[in-house]
Amino acid sequence: MVQLTKNRIETEEVLRSVIAPESGAVNVFVGTTRNHSNGRRVTSLEYEAYEPMAVKMMERVVREAQGRWDVSRISVVHRIGKVNIGESSVVIAVSSPHRDEAFQACRFLIDRLKQVVPIWKREFFEDGSSEWSLQSHEQETATQAG
Amino acid sequence: MQIKLKLFSIAKDLAGFDEKVVEVSQGSVAEDVLESLIRSNAKFVDWKKSLRYAVNLEYVHGDFRLKDGDEVAVIPPVSGG
Repeated sequence: MVQLTKNRIETEEVLRSVIAPESGAVNVFVGTTRNHSNGRRVTSLEYEAYEPMAVKMMERVVREAQGRWDVSRISVVHRIGKVNIGESSVVIAVSSPHRDEAFQACRFLIDRLKQVVPIWKREFFEDGSSEWSLQSHEQETATQAG
Repeated sequence: MQIKLKLFSIAKDLAGFDEKVVEVSQGSVAEDVLESLIRSNAKFVDWKKSLRYAVNLEYVHGDFRLKDGDEVAVIPPVSGG
């Protein structure tokens, strides 16, 4: 399951979607929205996506993971639109015969998603102002390497 | 020829629109769309190095040759997750 949704992500549902008879492990990553950014208090967030390309890139990242690790099923669900603090912005679930592969694939999926999937986060602050969260592509690569 | 230009995030805010059909000359490449954006708002210059381009839903290099009817997206640094 690869999906963008304007609704709250039901983690349990995403988890259930990857359960397979041959799998002995399920790894779930949940990204949640933070109430602070660079020392400023964030009151809410909004995610914008280039929807058809975002879905296409999410599907590609899933295929990359499937090519690298022995995984059974993978689901990636990303929230778009307005998101309140503490809610899930992304849920990734990976099942595999053995846990090590599930952990590795899950880590890879979130890291790649943050690099290549065209989704943008806008943070709204206490004073009513808002800013796009923008890390340059170069910085991001450096962060990944570090 | 005509292309459909799509802007997101900071690029959309700077330009003041999110989608527009624009006329470009034959032989134009992906990064040429930035020149017209810079003319509309000089602040685009600051973003030049951090913008990426996608043509028909695929990332391309700035020198990718455009053709009539292409959907060209300007992709600022992504921040999903």
